[in-house]
Amino acid sequence: MTGVQGMQAGGADTAPPAAAAIELLELSRSFGPVRALDRVSLTIAPGEFFALLGPSGSGKTTCLRLIAGFDRPSDGRILLDGADVTDVPPFERNVNTVFQDYALFPHMTVAENVAYGPKVRGVAAATRHRQALEVLELVRLESLAGRTPAQLSGGQKQRVALARALVNRPKVLLLDEPLGALDLRLREEMQTELKLLQHRLGITFVFVTHDQGEALSMADRVAVFRDGRIEQLDTPRGLYVRPRTAFVARFVGSANVVEAAAAARITGTAQAFAIRPEQIEVLPDDAPLPEGAVGCSGELADIQYHGATSRWHVRLDDGLVLSAVRAEAATPGPTPQAGGRVRLAWSRDSLVPLADG
Amino acid sequence: MLRGLSAFLYGRRGFYLSLLLLPPLLWLGIVYLGSLFALLLQSFYAIDEFTARIVPTFTLATYGQLLSHPANVDIILRTLAMAVAVTLAAAVVAFPIANYMARHAGPRMKAFFYVGVMMPMWTSYLVKVYAWRLVLAKQGVLSWFVDLLGLAPALDHALSTPVIGGPSLASSYLGMFVVFVYMWLPFMILPLAAALERVPESLLQASADLGARPGQTFRQVVLPLALPGLAAGSVFTFSLTLGDYIIPSVVGAPGYFIGMMVYQQQGTAGNLPLAAAFSVVPILLIGIYLTLARRLGAFDAL
Amino acid sequence: MRSSGDWNRASWGGRIAAFAGLAFLHLPVWVILLYAFTTEDRTYQFPPPGLTLRWFEVAFAREDIWAALRLSLSVAAVATAMALVLGTLAAFALARSRFRGRDAITLLFVLPIALPGIITGIALLSAFKLGGIQPGFWTIVTGHATFCIVIVHNNVIARLRRLPPSWIEASMDLGADGTQTFLYVLLPQIATALLAGGMLAFALSFDEIIVTLFTAGHERTLPIWFFNELFRPRERPITNVVAVTVVLVTLVPILLAYWLTRQGHADERN
Repeated sequence: MTGVQGMQAGGADTAPPAAAAIELLELSRSFGPVRALDRVSLTIAPGEFFALLGPSGSGKTTCLRLIAGFDRPSDGRILLDGADVTDVPPFERNVNTVFQDYALFPHMTVAENVAYGPKVRGVAAATRHRQALEVLELVRLESLAGRTPAQLSGGQKQRVALARALVNRPKVLLLDEPLGALDLRLREEMQTELKLLQHRLGITFVFVTHDQGEALSMADRVAVFRDGRIEQLDTPRGLYVRPRTAFVARFVGSANVVEAAAAARITGTAQAFAIRPEQIEVLPDDAPLPEGAVGCSGELADIQYHGATSRWHVRLDDGLVLSAVRAEAATPGPTPQAGGRVRLAWSRDSLVPLADG
Repeated sequence: MLRGLSAFLYGRRGFYLSLLLLPPLLWLGIVYLGSLFALLLQSFYAIDEFTARIVPTFTLATYGQLLSHPANVDIILRTLAMAVAVTLAAAVVAFPIANYMARHAGPRMKAFFYVGVMMPMWTSYLVKVYAWRLVLAKQGVLSWFVDLLGLAPALDHALSTPVIGGPSLASSYLGMFVVFVYMWLPFMILPLAAALERVPESLLQASADLGARPGQTFRQVVLPLALPGLAAGSVFTFSLTLGDYIIPSVVGAPGYFIGMMVYQQQGTAGNLPLAAAFSVVPILLIGIYLTLARRLGAFDAL
Repeated sequence: MRSSGDWNRASWGGRIAAFAGLAFLHLPVWVILLYAFTTEDRTYQFPPPGLTLRWFEVAFAREDIWAALRLSLSVAAVATAMALVLGTLAAFALARSRFRGRDAITLLFVLPIALPGIITGIALLSAFKLGGIQPGFWTIVTGHATFCIVIVHNNVIARLRRLPPSWIEASMDLGADGTQTFLYVLLPQIATALLAGGMLAFALSFDEIIVTLFTAGHERTLPIWFFNELFRPRERPITNVVAVTVVLVTLVPILLAYWLTRQGHADERN
């Protein structure tokens, strides 16, 4: 059995094992007085593409490092495939990591880097070389096997790091900001490729990112981190449509957040809510409110053009600024000028009540 | 087996670190710190006037002797003055070299200068001292050169200056001073060049852009940023001059220096307590120097 | 119009001062080289009246020089070996760890070269006297090893700190235990630093006089032999020859060490 085919067999057609791929139980990690991770519990299913999303310092990377075993929790347990690995060193854990800086060994060739895992596990030279070439083929880099990392481009290094992490056929692949160092075009290309690869191999992927677009487009489920805790855990669609808190609403898709006091003035109820910019309609100031709509008027502060869409910032009379996104094609006639008065309207159903704020 | 040990140690990072640190720490802790302690202890021991044997009883008499004899105080002051003069001169001589190699030279010239400064630095210390004997000797290189340039009267004039002068350069404080500056110059150049190299070009451009003339930029921007390098270099020049006993004995002048006293007291004079007490002086002076430099903010930019 | 170019362009004065300074640093070394071939054997006459290779022959026939050379080489070898082990251990322990008392330990690891050599010398002598230890080969080695540890430690720790921590993590992540990580990842990366540190330590030990004069007892290392000659100037030509030899023996490892550390920097840039 060869490495690659063996991994491919573990896809969707086999019955999922009973145990969760990863289970975190009340996991905490303190650095001195700072609680980087604060009693986080989390279950990740086998074969899932899972994202840890959050701003820097939110605890997402700490969480990943604890799963990998580079760091030890101050409290709580980590279960991999049902087994408690809290006290198991990284070299005994069946997870592998793609590092943010790739961490390729500069004194080894690409093939030697990829064959390193089998080598330290005692696989014979010929076998491990074959395994390395197979995995390199998977990331379409077999032709560069003899190069050193210094001779590779950023995207190629990325793929080697991926191949090196996959060669041991881990149960779980951890990716730490895997696309952070790549330029935009390459990043989009790699997103598709990672997604396809994960689908093909059926391995559980856990990746850390601060880019909400990346998390939403790739992951099956996303955990949003804030101050060492999980603020919300949901599917990408769930996060977008039903943000539970002001933080999630702002961080994912930059929704307008209206706090309780301002909400009372607009809707009559002192309940904070979020409203997506694309669900706000901009009308002339004297236009009547549509049936069942909520509205308010204000002064157009400025318009940012983004090509297909434009973002309109409107300052309400109480100073609150709401932004609305419109498709450019939907704005016929003369463009309103900044400083002019406009009316904003949205359907009552599109309000998302927030638990805080 | 190794894997098991590795896993065991991985979970016990503190234990693993102490395992690594223990042998070198024992060596430096026992051999080096222990010796420094022994040194301090010796300086408080008494010496029997008649048998010249060291008596292990606590006494402050050695320090009293150190500070009450005007000759001893002279030695301390003379050494201190030499260390200060050498430090200042080294800074002045080192600056253009460091400045050129750090800021103006191209990559090739820079490498040439670095190797050019390090080679003499690492050349055998004794050989360099010996070389200066050849250079400063009566019929040596320097006097030949001075004659060639017709500067003999100027040299004679310098040598006839009281205190720093003497019968020849090889037996005068002036000659000793030149040798000291030569010896420690690389120790001043290298940290200074490193500090100057860290000054971003944009700061100088900004200063010029805001209307500073080159001289003003130098005083207001370059010099303050070079201060940590100067401080680091001066610690070397100061400390090395205070402790040296080879140069004062080879390039002679009538007066004694601290290092010579230490060497002589423990050797021919056999008065280890006095030698120990004398050697405490440079430690104190260096401590004061470091404190002063830190107070003045010399290390702030580090 | 003022521009940064004004300051930035090296003035002729500055350039001449820099080159003059460099010449000042090199002059005495070349003088030694020249004097080793002079035909004059009584005074330091310059320029030498004639040149000869005779003194090399005479020096090579001197058994006392060979004995001193052998002692210096063996002291340097043993001190360097000890320093390589102890200095490397310390560098590994201190490179990235944070713990209480770390600053004090770091200070301890610079003290032997921060304080003048005479302090180390007289301190060791005081300890030997107190402990009733007879000076000899091992007391010389003890003194040398103490500052050689610092040299090796400095070299290795500088290299270790430049290694990204993710390399060690990547190695462990792929299944390598501590020993394998050391052998396959760390050792290849620090090998040149170790070699450079070792060679610097060797050269420093080979040349050491200030500490050695206190710890040598009746043993005579090459620098001690040389030092004694300085006050017994009857055999100047031989002293000159030994001086040139010492320069060559110390300079070769030092230039190699410099080249190796530069290689380390160059690797890192890639």
